[in-house]
Amino acid sequence: MVGQAQALGVAAPPQRVAVPEFEIVPVRAIPLVGVVVVGLIAAIESERLWPLEFFHIVGGGMWTGIDLFVGFIIGPIMPRLSVQARIEFMTRFMPKMLLLMPTLVAMTLVSGWQLANFTGDIAVAYPDHWWLTASYIVVGVMSVVAIGILEPANLAVLFELKKPAPDGELIGRLMRRFVYTAGITGLMQVATLVIMTRIATW
Amino acid sequence: MVKQERLPPVAELCVATMVLVVIGGTYIAAHVPREVPLALPTVLVVAAFALMAVNVGLFARVKEFAWGTFWLVFTRSLAGYGVISGLLVYVFVRGDIPGDVMGFLAASLVVYAIDIPLLLGFSVARYQAAGPERG
Repeated sequence: MVGQAQALGVAAPPQRVAVPEFEIVPVRAIPLVGVVVVGLIAAIESERLWPLEFFHIVGGGMWTGIDLFVGFIIGPIMPRLSVQARIEFMTRFMPKMLLLMPTLVAMTLVSGWQLANFTGDIAVAYPDHWWLTASYIVVGVMSVVAIGILEPANLAVLFELKKPAPDGELIGRLMRRFVYTAGITGLMQVATLVIMTRIATW
Repeated sequence: MVKQERLPPVAELCVATMVLVVIGGTYIAAHVPREVPLALPTVLVVAAFALMAVNVGLFARVKEFAWGTFWLVFTRSLAGYGVISGLLVYVFVRGDIPGDVMGFLAASLVVYAIDIPLLLGFSVARYQAAGPERG
């Protein structure tokens, strides 16, 4: 896989590229995150099924969908793009992901825990409880991969692109991490779909 | 840019700390709402704190580093992950988690909320030009 990625030009040689103006964190979107957090707290305080279902399903559906799309569609396309196209894409895509993904993850996990308490699913006995435990393990692995490997690389790429002369080789190396870890989280999300549809129908 | 080979393995230790916290959290969550045996979570949370302390100690000895960039990223992400950790503590408290178990979860979330900003700050600043500020 590494050889294939190199052949596709992930580790492109350093070359002069035009970097568009961009914000590392899209500040204008922060109030939207605030609205989601307030809505989430209101949903929990309401102690009603529908708001909890709404936050868990909307957040989880978007999280899973984005991970699958990025892992299996964007990831394989990236190495085939020219360096200039990759930079244009990254400077527009990654800053949005920096705010969007932690918001979706927090929204899904917090409402999911409360929903499981509300419906009583959390108190289900083993062996059925293994489905819940499996979901915790999947989320744990995804969080280590996404926060421990993917996010630091994404941030480092964005800061590198802010330099007057970005290091193409470093960006290529960090972007390889993006391609592989996006694939891994995509696969983990397939497991999430299996687990969640099982829990919803037991 | 800072010479990479001179840097301590801060990122690797951060990820190792995160793995300990995730295992501990998963173990506790897998038992709730039944009684949670606290021996393993105790070992994991103590190990996570110890590893983080060693990591911070090694990192603090680095002289040539882009400290300005590090603190910029660290403080911003501390605010973000602080909010996420706060939300998780809130929902655990509302879920009637017993006090002793809540203590372990809160300790794990404290490690998590410091460890991730440390990882993000280090990962960005290691590729930036070294500066004099230490924050």
